[in-house]
Amino acid sequence: MRPFSYEQAATPAAAAAAAARNPDAKFIAGGTNLLDLMKLEIEKPAHLIDVNGLALDKIESTPDGGMRIGALVRNTDLAADARVRREYPLLSRALLAGASGQLRNSATTAGNLLQRTRCPYFYDTNQSCNKRDPGSGCAALQGFSRQLAVIGSSNSCIATHPSDMAIAMRALDATVETVQPDGAARKIPIADFHTLPGDTPHIENTLKRGELITAVTLPKAVGGKQLYHKVRDRSSYAFALVSVGVVVHPDGSGRVAVGGVAHKPWRVEAAETELPRGAKAVATRLLAGAKPTHDNEFKLTLVERTLEAVLAEARSAG
Amino acid sequence: MKGPGNIDLSRRDVLKLGAAATAAPMMTKAQQAAPDAAVVTTASLTVNGKTHALKLDTRTTLLDALREHLQLTGPKKGCDHGQCGACTVLVDGRRINSCLTLAVMHQRHRVTTIEGLGTPAKMHPMQAAFLKHDGFQCGYCTPGQICSAVAVLAEIKQGIPSHASKDLNASMQPTQSEIRERMSGNICRCGAYSNIIDAITEVAETKVST
Repeated sequence: MRPFSYEQAATPAAAAAAAARNPDAKFIAGGTNLLDLMKLEIEKPAHLIDVNGLALDKIESTPDGGMRIGALVRNTDLAADARVRREYPLLSRALLAGASGQLRNSATTAGNLLQRTRCPYFYDTNQSCNKRDPGSGCAALQGFSRQLAVIGSSNSCIATHPSDMAIAMRALDATVETVQPDGAARKIPIADFHTLPGDTPHIENTLKRGELITAVTLPKAVGGKQLYHKVRDRSSYAFALVSVGVVVHPDGSGRVAVGGVAHKPWRVEAAETELPRGAKAVATRLLAGAKPTHDNEFKLTLVERTLEAVLAEARSAG
Repeated sequence: MKGPGNIDLSRRDVLKLGAAATAAPMMTKAQQAAPDAAVVTTASLTVNGKTHALKLDTRTTLLDALREHLQLTGPKKGCDHGQCGACTVLVDGRRINSCLTLAVMHQRHRVTTIEGLGTPAKMHPMQAAFLKHDGFQCGYCTPGQICSAVAVLAEIKQGIPSHASKDLNASMQPTQSEIRERMSGNICRCGAYSNIIDAITEVAETKVST
Protein backbone atom coordinates (compact mmCIF):
# COMPACT_ATOMS: atom_id res chain seq x y z
CA MET A 1 0.00 0.00 0.00
CA ARG A 2 1.26 3.48 -0.84
CA PRO A 3 1.60 6.03 1.96
CA PHE A 4 -1.27 8.46 2.35
CA SER A 5 -2.26 11.30 4.59
CA TYR A 6 -5.59 11.15 6.36
CA GLU A 7 -8.21 13.61 7.50
CA GLN A 8 -11.66 13.40 9.02
CA ALA A 9 -14.04 15.68 7.18
CA ALA A 10 -16.17 18.11 9.19
CA THR A 11 -19.08 18.58 6.79
CA PRO A 12 -20.14 17.01 3.48
CA ALA A 13 -19.35 20.22 1.60
CA ALA A 14 -15.93 20.46 3.26
CA ALA A 15 -15.24 16.86 2.27
CA ALA A 16 -16.18 17.60 -1.33
CA ALA A 17 -14.07 20.76 -1.38
CA ALA A 18 -11.07 18.89 0.07
CA ALA A 19 -11.43 16.18 -2.57
CA ALA A 20 -11.69 18.74 -5.36
CA ARG A 21 -8.48 20.44 -4.20
CA ASN A 22 -6.49 17.22 -4.27
CA PRO A 23 -6.85 15.08 -7.40
CA ASP A 24 -5.13 12.19 -5.60
CA ALA A 25 -7.63 12.15 -2.73
CA LYS A 26 -10.34 9.56 -2.17
CA PHE A 27 -13.24 9.42 0.23
CA ILE A 28 -13.27 6.47 2.61
CA ALA A 29 -16.40 5.19 4.36
CA GLY A 30 -16.71 1.43 4.88
CA GLY A 31 -13.40 0.90 3.10
CA THR A 32 -14.20 -2.72 2.24
CA ASN A 33 -13.54 -2.25 -1.47
CA LEU A 34 -11.12 0.69 -1.41
CA LEU A 35 -8.66 -0.83 1.09
CA ASP A 36 -8.75 -4.14 -0.75
CA LEU A 37 -7.72 -2.30 -3.93
CA MET A 38 -5.17 -0.11 -2.12
CA LYS A 39 -3.38 -3.19 -0.81
CA LEU A 40 -3.03 -4.36 -4.41
CA GLU A 41 -1.97 -0.85 -5.47
CA ILE A 42 -4.83 -0.73 -7.95
CA GLU A 43 -6.09 2.30 -6.03
CA LYS A 44 -3.26 4.62 -5.00
CA PRO A 45 -4.74 7.63 -3.20
CA ALA A 46 -2.21 10.01 -1.64
CA HIS A 47 -4.83 11.35 0.73
CA LEU A 48 -7.89 9.80 2.36
CA ILE A 49 -10.89 11.83 3.47
CA ASP A 50 -12.76 9.88 6.11
CA VAL A 51 -16.47 10.71 5.77
CA ASN A 52 -17.70 8.39 8.54
CA GLY A 53 -18.29 11.27 10.95
CA LEU A 54 -20.64 13.17 8.65
CA ALA A 55 -23.91 11.95 10.21
CA LEU A 56 -25.19 10.73 6.85
CA ASP A 57 -26.41 7.53 8.46
CA LYS A 58 -30.14 8.14 8.85
CA ILE A 59 -33.10 6.62 7.03
CA GLU A 60 -35.94 9.12 6.85
CA SER A 61 -39.33 9.51 5.20
CA THR A 62 -39.58 12.09 2.42
CA PRO A 63 -42.58 14.44 1.97
CA ASP A 64 -43.67 12.59 -1.18
CA GLY A 65 -44.06 9.34 0.76
CA GLY A 66 -40.71 7.94 -0.25
CA MET A 67 -37.53 7.38 1.68
CA ARG A 68 -34.15 9.06 2.00
CA ILE A 69 -31.29 6.72 2.78
CA GLY A 70 -28.16 8.42 4.09
CA ALA A 71 -24.98 7.68 2.15
CA LEU A 72 -23.42 6.10 5.24
CA VAL A 73 -26.27 3.75 6.14
CA ARG A 74 -24.60 0.35 6.39
CA ASN A 75 -25.87 -2.43 4.12
CA THR A 76 -26.99 -4.49 7.15
CA ASP A 77 -29.01 -1.62 8.59
CA LEU A 78 -30.65 -0.82 5.26
CA ALA A 79 -31.59 -4.46 4.64
CA ALA A 80 -32.98 -4.74 8.20
CA ASP A 81 -34.89 -1.46 8.23
CA ALA A 82 -38.52 -2.30 9.02
CA ARG A 83 -39.95 -0.01 6.35
CA VAL A 84 -37.53 -1.23 3.67
CA ARG A 85 -38.46 -4.83 4.48
CA ARG A 86 -42.16 -4.03 4.27
CA GLU A 87 -42.33 -1.57 1.37
CA TYR A 88 -39.15 -2.13 -0.65
CA PRO A 89 -38.44 -5.85 -0.09
CA LEU A 90 -36.53 -6.02 -3.39
CA LEU A 91 -33.90 -3.76 -1.82
CA SER A 92 -33.60 -5.92 1.32
CA ARG A 93 -33.37 -9.08 -0.77
CA ALA A 94 -30.70 -7.67 -3.07
CA LEU A 95 -28.58 -6.42 -0.16
CA LEU A 96 -28.82 -9.74 1.67
CA ALA A 97 -27.76 -11.61 -1.46
CA GLY A 98 -24.46 -9.71 -1.50
CA ALA A 99 -21.18 -10.14 0.37
CA SER A 100 -20.95 -11.58 3.90
CA GLY A 101 -22.38 -10.51 7.25
CA GLN A 102 -19.08 -8.86 8.21
CA LEU A 103 -18.86 -6.91 4.95
CA ARG A 104 -22.48 -5.78 5.07
CA ASN A 105 -21.85 -4.40 8.57
CA SER A 106 -19.12 -2.10 7.17
CA ALA A 107 -20.20 -1.40 3.60
CA THR A 108 -22.26 1.73 3.01
CA THR A 109 -25.07 2.65 0.65
CA ALA A 110 -22.95 5.11 -1.35
CA GLY A 111 -19.90 2.85 -1.32
CA ASN A 112 -21.98 -0.01 -2.65
CA LEU A 113 -22.95 2.10 -5.69
CA LEU A 114 -19.29 3.01 -6.22
CA GLN A 115 -17.90 -0.52 -6.05
CA ARG A 116 -15.28 -1.34 -8.65
CA THR A 117 -15.60 -4.36 -10.90
CA ARG A 118 -14.35 -7.79 -9.83
CA CYS A 119 -13.07 -8.55 -13.34
CA PRO A 120 -9.99 -10.76 -12.74
CA TYR A 121 -8.00 -8.78 -15.29
CA PHE A 122 -8.70 -5.55 -13.40
CA TYR A 123 -7.43 -7.20 -10.21
CA ASP A 124 -4.33 -8.79 -11.76
CA THR A 125 -1.83 -5.96 -12.13
CA ASN A 126 0.27 -8.09 -14.51
CA GLN A 127 -2.53 -7.97 -17.08
CA SER A 128 -3.50 -5.12 -19.35
CA CYS A 129 -6.68 -3.35 -18.30
CA ASN A 130 -8.10 -0.13 -19.71
CA LYS A 131 -10.02 0.47 -16.52
CA ARG A 132 -6.99 0.24 -14.24
CA ASP A 133 -4.47 1.63 -16.70
CA PRO A 134 -6.23 3.56 -19.50
CA GLY A 135 -4.85 2.78 -22.94
CA SER A 136 -3.11 -0.45 -21.90
CA GLY A 137 -5.66 -2.72 -23.60
CA CYS A 138 -8.12 -5.30 -22.31
CA ALA A 139 -6.73 -8.76 -21.58
CA ALA A 140 -10.22 -9.99 -20.76
CA LEU A 141 -11.36 -9.78 -24.40
CA GLN A 142 -9.20 -12.77 -25.32
CA GLY A 143 -9.15 -14.19 -21.81
CA PHE A 144 -11.33 -16.04 -19.36
CA SER A 145 -14.59 -14.13 -19.63
CA ARG A 146 -17.18 -16.44 -18.10
CA GLN A 147 -18.06 -13.87 -15.38
CA LEU A 148 -17.96 -10.82 -17.63
CA ALA A 149 -20.38 -8.59 -19.51
CA VAL A 150 -22.59 -9.69 -22.37
CA ILE A 151 -24.22 -6.37 -23.23
CA GLY A 152 -23.28 -2.69 -23.34
CA SER A 153 -19.61 -3.65 -23.41
CA SER A 154 -17.01 -2.25 -25.80
CA ASN A 155 -13.73 -3.19 -27.43
CA SER A 156 -12.07 -1.46 -24.47
CA CYS A 157 -13.81 -3.24 -21.59
CA ILE A 158 -16.14 -6.13 -20.83
CA ALA A 159 -16.25 -5.68 -17.05
CA THR A 160 -19.48 -5.92 -15.06
CA HIS A 161 -20.73 -3.82 -12.19
CA PRO A 162 -20.69 -6.13 -9.17
CA SER A 163 -23.39 -4.60 -6.97
CA ASP A 164 -26.60 -6.41 -6.04
CA MET A 165 -28.00 -3.37 -4.24
CA ALA A 166 -27.69 -1.23 -7.37
CA ILE A 167 -29.94 -3.63 -9.30
CA ALA A 168 -32.71 -3.04 -6.78
CA MET A 169 -32.07 0.71 -6.75
CA ARG A 170 -32.38 0.78 -10.54
CA ALA A 171 -35.64 -1.19 -10.51
CA LEU A 172 -37.01 1.07 -7.75
CA ASP A 173 -36.11 4.31 -9.63
CA ALA A 174 -33.78 5.61 -6.94
CA THR A 175 -32.15 9.04 -7.12
CA VAL A 176 -28.58 9.74 -6.01
CA GLU A 177 -28.20 12.97 -4.04
CA THR A 178 -24.82 14.65 -3.91
CA VAL A 179 -23.01 17.72 -2.69
CA GLN A 180 -20.51 19.39 -4.99
CA PRO A 181 -17.27 21.12 -4.00
CA ASP A 182 -18.98 24.53 -4.12
CA GLY A 183 -21.59 23.27 -1.66
CA ALA A 184 -24.40 22.99 -4.23
CA ALA A 185 -26.59 19.91 -4.12
CA ARG A 186 -27.39 17.77 -7.15
CA LYS A 187 -29.81 14.93 -7.87
CA ILE A 188 -28.89 12.21 -10.33
CA PRO A 189 -31.48 9.61 -11.39
CA ILE A 190 -29.95 6.16 -10.88
CA ALA A 191 -30.47 5.44 -14.60
CA ASP A 192 -28.01 8.26 -15.37
CA PHE A 193 -25.55 7.47 -12.58
CA HIS A 194 -23.56 4.48 -13.86
CA THR A 195 -22.01 4.69 -17.32
CA LEU A 196 -21.16 2.22 -20.06
CA PRO A 197 -17.46 1.64 -20.70
CA GLY A 198 -17.17 2.98 -24.25
CA ASP A 199 -13.54 3.95 -24.75
CA THR A 200 -13.27 5.39 -21.21
CA PRO A 201 -13.89 2.38 -18.95
CA HIS A 202 -11.97 4.06 -16.11
CA ILE A 203 -14.99 6.39 -15.83
CA GLU A 204 -17.77 4.46 -14.13
CA ASN A 205 -20.32 7.09 -13.12
CA THR A 206 -21.36 10.68 -13.73
CA LEU A 207 -20.00 12.12 -10.46
CA LYS A 208 -17.80 15.18 -10.96
CA ARG A 209 -14.44 15.64 -9.34
CA GLY A 210 -14.86 16.01 -5.59
CA GLU A 211 -18.61 15.41 -5.69
CA LEU A 212 -19.79 13.43 -2.65
CA ILE A 213 -22.89 11.23 -2.45
CA THR A 214 -24.97 12.32 0.55
CA ALA A 215 -28.05 10.13 0.15
CA VAL A 216 -30.05 7.85 -2.09
CA THR A 217 -33.77 8.50 -2.25
CA LEU A 218 -36.56 6.16 -3.22
CA PRO A 219 -39.93 7.35 -4.53
CA LYS A 220 -43.15 6.23 -2.83
CA ALA A 221 -43.30 2.44 -2.69
CA VAL A 222 -44.82 0.86 -5.80
CA GLY A 223 -46.05 -2.35 -4.13
CA GLY A 224 -46.37 -5.54 -6.17
CA LYS A 225 -44.43 -8.74 -5.66
CA GLN A 226 -40.76 -7.89 -5.30
CA LEU A 227 -38.21 -10.65 -5.78
CA TYR A 228 -34.46 -10.93 -6.35
CA HIS A 229 -32.86 -14.09 -7.68
CA LYS A 230 -29.10 -14.37 -7.81
CA VAL A 231 -27.41 -17.20 -9.69
CA ARG A 232 -23.83 -17.81 -8.62
CA ASP A 233 -21.18 -20.50 -8.31
CA ARG A 234 -21.66 -20.81 -4.51
CA SER A 235 -24.97 -20.50 -2.71
CA SER A 236 -23.62 -17.71 -0.51
CA TYR A 237 -20.91 -15.06 -0.54
CA ALA A 238 -20.16 -14.98 -4.27
CA PHE A 239 -20.71 -12.47 -7.04
CA ALA A 240 -23.53 -13.03 -9.49
CA LEU A 241 -23.23 -14.83 -12.77
CA VAL A 242 -26.65 -13.37 -13.37
CA SER A 243 -29.15 -11.76 -11.03
CA VAL A 244 -32.71 -10.70 -11.72
CA GLY A 245 -34.74 -8.24 -9.66
CA VAL A 246 -38.42 -7.81 -10.40
CA VAL A 247 -41.49 -5.91 -9.31
CA VAL A 248 -44.62 -7.67 -10.58
CA HIS A 249 -48.10 -6.18 -10.18
CA PRO A 250 -51.34 -8.18 -10.07
CA ASP A 251 -52.21 -7.06 -13.63
CA GLY A 252 -49.00 -8.60 -14.92
CA SER A 253 -47.16 -5.34 -15.50
CA GLY A 254 -43.89 -4.69 -13.70
CA ARG A 255 -40.22 -3.90 -13.76
CA VAL A 256 -37.12 -5.95 -14.46
CA ALA A 257 -33.48 -5.11 -13.72
CA VAL A 258 -30.62 -7.51 -14.30
CA GLY A 259 -27.17 -7.78 -12.75
CA GLY A 260 -23.99 -9.59 -13.76
CA VAL A 261 -24.43 -8.77 -17.43
CA ALA A 262 -23.20 -5.22 -17.96
CA HIS A 263 -21.03 -2.34 -16.78
CA LYS A 264 -24.09 -0.98 -14.98
CA PRO A 265 -27.40 -2.28 -13.63
CA TRP A 266 -29.20 -3.38 -16.79
CA ARG A 267 -32.77 -2.25 -17.22
CA VAL A 268 -34.62 -1.51 -20.46
CA GLU A 269 -38.01 0.00 -19.66
CA ALA A 270 -39.36 -0.85 -23.13
CA ALA A 271 -38.70 -4.55 -22.50
CA GLU A 272 -41.01 -4.44 -19.47
CA THR A 273 -44.01 -3.92 -21.74
CA GLU A 274 -43.40 -7.53 -22.85
CA LEU A 275 -44.00 -8.90 -19.32
CA PRO A 276 -47.53 -10.19 -20.08
CA ARG A 277 -45.98 -12.26 -22.91
CA GLY A 278 -43.53 -13.97 -20.58
CA ALA A 279 -39.84 -14.24 -19.83
CA LYS A 280 -38.63 -15.06 -23.33
CA ALA A 281 -40.27 -11.99 -24.82
CA VAL A 282 -38.86 -9.75 -22.09
CA ALA A 283 -35.36 -11.24 -22.25
CA THR A 284 -35.23 -10.99 -26.03
CA ARG A 285 -35.90 -7.26 -25.90
CA LEU A 286 -33.85 -6.67 -22.75
CA LEU A 287 -30.77 -8.30 -24.25
CA ALA A 288 -31.17 -7.14 -27.85
CA GLY A 289 -27.77 -6.24 -29.25
CA ALA A 290 -25.89 -8.39 -26.74
CA LYS A 291 -22.34 -9.29 -27.71
CA PRO A 292 -21.38 -12.22 -25.50
CA THR A 293 -18.08 -14.05 -25.70
CA HIS A 294 -17.83 -17.78 -26.25
CA ASP A 295 -17.28 -18.15 -22.49
CA ASN A 296 -20.31 -16.17 -21.34
CA GLU A 297 -23.01 -16.60 -24.00
CA PHE A 298 -24.73 -18.94 -21.53
CA LYS A 299 -25.71 -15.82 -19.60
CA LEU A 300 -28.29 -14.93 -22.25
CA THR A 301 -30.15 -18.18 -21.64
CA LEU A 302 -29.56 -17.88 -17.92
CA VAL A 303 -31.20 -14.44 -17.76
CA GLU A 304 -34.28 -15.74 -19.55
CA ARG A 305 -34.57 -18.84 -17.36
CA THR A 306 -33.92 -16.95 -14.13
CA LEU A 307 -36.55 -14.41 -15.13
CA GLU A 308 -38.98 -17.24 -15.90
CA ALA A 309 -38.33 -18.71 -12.44
CA VAL A 310 -38.80 -15.35 -10.75
CA LEU A 311 -42.02 -14.64 -12.62
CA ALA A 312 -43.35 -18.10 -11.72
CA GLU A 313 -42.56 -17.43 -8.07
CA ALA A 314 -44.20 -14.02 -8.26
CA ARG A 315 -47.37 -15.63 -9.63
CA SER A 316 -47.41 -18.32 -6.95
CA ALA A 317 -46.37 -16.21 -3.96
CA GLY A 318 -49.26 -15.51 -1.61
CA MET B 1 18.15 2.86 20.31
CA LYS B 2 16.76 -0.65 20.28
CA GLY B 3 13.17 -1.61 19.92
CA PRO B 4 11.86 -4.86 21.41
CA GLY B 5 13.32 -7.71 19.38
CA ASN B 6 15.03 -5.37 16.95
CA ILE B 7 18.78 -5.23 16.59
CA ASP B 8 18.68 -1.62 15.60
CA LEU B 9 16.36 0.92 14.09
CA SER B 10 14.89 -0.25 10.82
CA ARG B 11 14.54 2.06 7.85
CA ARG B 12 10.81 2.04 8.47
CA ASP B 13 11.31 3.23 12.06
CA VAL B 14 13.43 6.09 10.82
CA LEU B 15 10.73 7.01 8.35
CA LYS B 16 8.11 6.79 11.09
CA LEU B 17 10.05 9.10 13.37
CA GLY B 18 10.70 11.54 10.57
CA ALA B 19 7.07 11.60 9.58
CA ALA B 20 5.90 11.88 13.17
CA ALA B 21 7.85 15.05 13.57
CA THR B 22 5.92 16.56 10.68
CA ALA B 23 2.58 14.93 11.49
CA ALA B 24 0.85 18.10 12.56
CA PRO B 25 0.82 19.93 9.22
CA MET B 26 0.27 16.74 7.22
CA MET B 27 -3.22 17.54 6.04
CA THR B 28 -2.43 20.81 4.36
CA LYS B 29 0.84 19.47 3.00
CA ALA B 30 -0.85 16.41 1.56
CA GLN B 31 -3.05 18.56 -0.57
CA GLN B 32 0.00 19.66 -2.49
CA ALA B 33 1.96 16.45 -2.98
CA ALA B 34 1.73 12.74 -2.44
CA PRO B 35 3.64 11.61 0.64
CA ASP B 36 6.71 9.62 -0.36
CA ALA B 37 7.22 8.18 3.11
CA ALA B 38 4.98 6.74 5.78
CA VAL B 39 2.63 9.22 7.40
CA VAL B 40 2.48 8.60 11.11
CA THR B 41 -0.32 9.78 13.31
CA THR B 42 -1.49 9.21 16.85
CA ALA B 43 -4.59 7.18 17.51
CA SER B 44 -6.45 6.09 20.59
CA LEU B 45 -7.98 2.61 20.42
CA THR B 46 -10.26 1.03 23.01
CA VAL B 47 -9.86 -2.72 22.84
CA ASN B 48 -11.34 -5.25 25.25
CA GLY B 49 -12.14 -2.45 27.68
CA LYS B 50 -8.69 -0.85 27.73
CA THR B 51 -7.77 2.36 25.93
CA HIS B 52 -4.38 2.55 24.25
CA ALA B 53 -2.58 5.55 22.74
CA LEU B 54 -0.73 4.44 19.64
CA LYS B 55 1.55 5.96 17.06
CA LEU B 56 0.47 4.46 13.77
CA ASP B 57 1.33 4.62 10.11
CA THR B 58 -1.98 5.75 8.59
CA ARG B 59 -1.91 2.58 6.50
CA THR B 60 -2.22 0.36 9.58
CA THR B 61 -5.34 -1.76 9.38
CA LEU B 62 -7.29 -2.43 12.55
CA LEU B 63 -6.04 -6.02 12.29
CA ASP B 64 -2.38 -4.97 12.17
CA ALA B 65 -2.88 -2.53 15.05
CA LEU B 66 -4.33 -5.33 17.16
CA ARG B 67 -1.72 -7.91 16.26
CA GLU B 68 1.46 -5.89 15.79
CA HIS B 69 0.94 -2.98 18.18
CA LEU B 70 -1.24 -4.45 20.93
CA GLN B 71 0.04 -8.03 20.67
CA LEU B 72 -3.51 -9.33 20.47
CA THR B 73 -2.80 -12.20 18.11
CA GLY B 74 -6.19 -13.85 18.43
CA PRO B 75 -7.52 -12.16 15.29
CA LYS B 76 -5.69 -13.86 12.42
CA LYS B 77 -4.44 -12.62 9.09
CA GLY B 78 -5.68 -15.17 6.58
CA CYS B 79 -6.26 -13.56 3.20
CA ASP B 80 -5.96 -9.88 4.26
CA HIS B 81 -8.68 -9.09 1.70
CA GLY B 82 -11.94 -9.71 3.56
CA GLN B 83 -12.53 -13.06 1.94
CA CYS B 84 -11.77 -15.53 4.73
CA GLY B 85 -13.12 -14.00 7.95
CA ALA B 86 -10.16 -15.07 10.13
CA CYS B 87 -9.70 -11.43 11.20
CA THR B 88 -13.30 -10.99 12.39
CA VAL B 89 -13.63 -8.81 15.51
CA LEU B 90 -16.53 -6.96 17.08
CA VAL B 91 -16.69 -3.19 16.79
CA ASP B 92 -19.37 -1.71 19.04
CA GLY B 93 -20.76 -5.24 19.15
CA ARG B 94 -20.94 -5.69 15.37
CA ARG B 95 -18.71 -8.12 13.52
CA ILE B 96 -16.45 -6.75 10.81
CA ASN B 97 -13.35 -7.81 8.89
CA SER B 98 -10.58 -6.02 10.78
CA CYS B 99 -8.26 -6.36 7.76
CA LEU B 100 -10.48 -4.11 5.60
CA THR B 101 -10.62 -1.10 7.86
CA LEU B 102 -8.05 1.38 9.10
CA ALA B 103 -7.18 1.61 12.79
CA VAL B 104 -7.44 5.41 12.68
CA MET B 105 -11.10 5.07 11.71
CA HIS B 106 -12.02 3.45 15.03
CA GLN B 107 -10.94 5.93 17.68
CA ARG B 108 -14.44 6.35 19.06
CA HIS B 109 -15.36 2.68 18.96
CA ARG B 110 -15.15 -0.27 21.35
CA VAL B 111 -13.26 -3.15 19.79
CA THR B 112 -13.65 -6.69 21.12
CA THR B 113 -11.32 -9.47 20.04
CA ILE B 114 -11.45 -13.14 20.96
CA GLU B 115 -9.22 -12.28 23.94
CA GLY B 116 -11.98 -10.00 25.20
CA LEU B 117 -14.75 -12.58 24.84
CA GLY B 118 -13.30 -15.05 27.31
CA THR B 119 -10.16 -16.49 28.86
CA PRO B 120 -8.97 -20.08 29.25
CA ALA B 121 -10.13 -19.92 32.87
CA LYS B 122 -13.44 -18.23 32.08
CA MET B 123 -14.53 -19.11 28.60
CA HIS B 124 -17.34 -17.49 26.68
CA PRO B 125 -20.15 -20.03 26.13
CA MET B 126 -19.34 -20.01 22.40
CA GLN B 127 -15.69 -20.88 23.10
CA ALA B 128 -16.78 -23.72 25.38
CA ALA B 129 -19.21 -25.00 22.74
CA PHE B 130 -16.51 -24.98 20.02
CA LEU B 131 -14.30 -27.06 22.34
CA LYS B 132 -17.10 -29.45 23.24
CA HIS B 133 -18.13 -30.02 19.61
CA ASP B 134 -14.61 -30.06 18.17
CA GLY B 135 -15.50 -27.05 16.01
CA PHE B 136 -11.99 -26.75 14.59
CA GLN B 137 -8.97 -28.71 13.53
CA CYS B 138 -5.91 -26.49 13.01
CA GLY B 139 -7.58 -23.62 14.87
CA TYR B 140 -6.39 -20.79 12.65
CA CYS B 141 -9.85 -19.61 11.61
CA THR B 142 -11.37 -20.30 15.04
CA PRO B 143 -11.06 -16.86 16.71
CA GLY B 144 -12.79 -15.33 13.69
CA GLN B 145 -15.39 -18.09 13.61
CA ILE B 146 -16.19 -17.57 17.30
CA CYS B 147 -16.39 -13.76 17.09
CA SER B 148 -18.60 -14.13 14.03
CA ALA B 149 -20.79 -16.78 15.70
CA VAL B 150 -21.36 -14.61 18.77
CA ALA B 151 -22.46 -11.76 16.49
CA VAL B 152 -24.63 -14.06 14.36
CA LEU B 153 -26.73 -15.02 17.36
CA ALA B 154 -27.01 -11.37 18.36
CA GLU B 155 -28.11 -10.46 14.81
CA ILE B 156 -30.77 -13.16 14.85
CA LYS B 157 -31.97 -11.95 18.24
CA GLN B 158 -32.17 -8.38 16.90
CA GLY B 159 -34.32 -9.61 14.02
CA ILE B 160 -31.81 -8.80 11.26
CA PRO B 161 -32.85 -10.89 8.23
CA SER B 162 -30.53 -12.94 6.02
CA HIS B 163 -30.57 -14.37 2.51
CA ALA B 164 -31.89 -17.60 4.07
CA SER B 165 -34.88 -15.92 5.74
CA LYS B 166 -38.05 -17.00 3.93
CA ASP B 167 -40.14 -14.19 5.39
CA LEU B 168 -38.37 -10.86 5.76
CA ASN B 169 -40.92 -9.67 8.30
CA ALA B 170 -41.14 -12.73 10.56
CA SER B 171 -39.04 -13.14 13.69
CA MET B 172 -35.68 -14.71 12.91
CA GLN B 173 -34.82 -18.20 14.18
CA PRO B 174 -31.36 -19.77 14.59
CA THR B 175 -32.09 -22.64 12.19
CA GLN B 176 -29.33 -24.57 10.49
CA SER B 177 -29.91 -22.86 7.15
CA GLU B 178 -29.83 -19.43 8.82
CA ILE B 179 -26.57 -20.20 10.64
CA ARG B 180 -24.93 -21.63 7.51
CA GLU B 181 -25.86 -18.57 5.45
CA ARG B 182 -24.86 -16.08 8.12
CA MET B 183 -21.49 -17.78 8.73
CA SER B 184 -20.55 -17.83 5.02
CA GLY B 185 -17.98 -15.06 5.52
CA ASN B 186 -15.84 -17.38 7.66
CA ILE B 187 -13.90 -19.97 5.73
CA CYS B 188 -12.46 -23.12 7.38
CA ARG B 189 -9.88 -24.90 5.25
CA CYS B 190 -10.01 -27.92 7.59
CA GLY B 191 -13.71 -28.22 6.87
CA ALA B 192 -14.95 -28.27 10.46
CA TYR B 193 -18.20 -26.68 9.34
CA SER B 194 -20.63 -29.31 10.61
CA ASN B 195 -19.14 -29.20 14.10
CA ILE B 196 -19.07 -25.40 14.01
CA ILE B 197 -22.79 -25.41 13.27
CA ASP B 198 -23.37 -27.90 16.11
CA ALA B 199 -21.51 -25.60 18.50
CA ILE B 200 -23.40 -22.47 17.44
CA THR B 201 -26.73 -24.32 17.53
CA GLU B 202 -26.09 -25.49 21.08
CA VAL B 203 -25.37 -21.96 22.28
CA ALA B 204 -28.45 -20.69 20.43
CA GLU B 205 -30.65 -23.32 22.04
CA THR B 206 -29.22 -22.69 25.49
CA LYS B 207 -29.92 -19.00 25.08
CA VAL B 208 -33.48 -19.64 23.93
CA SER B 209 -34.23 -21.96 26.84
CA THR B 210 -32.83 -19.67 29.54
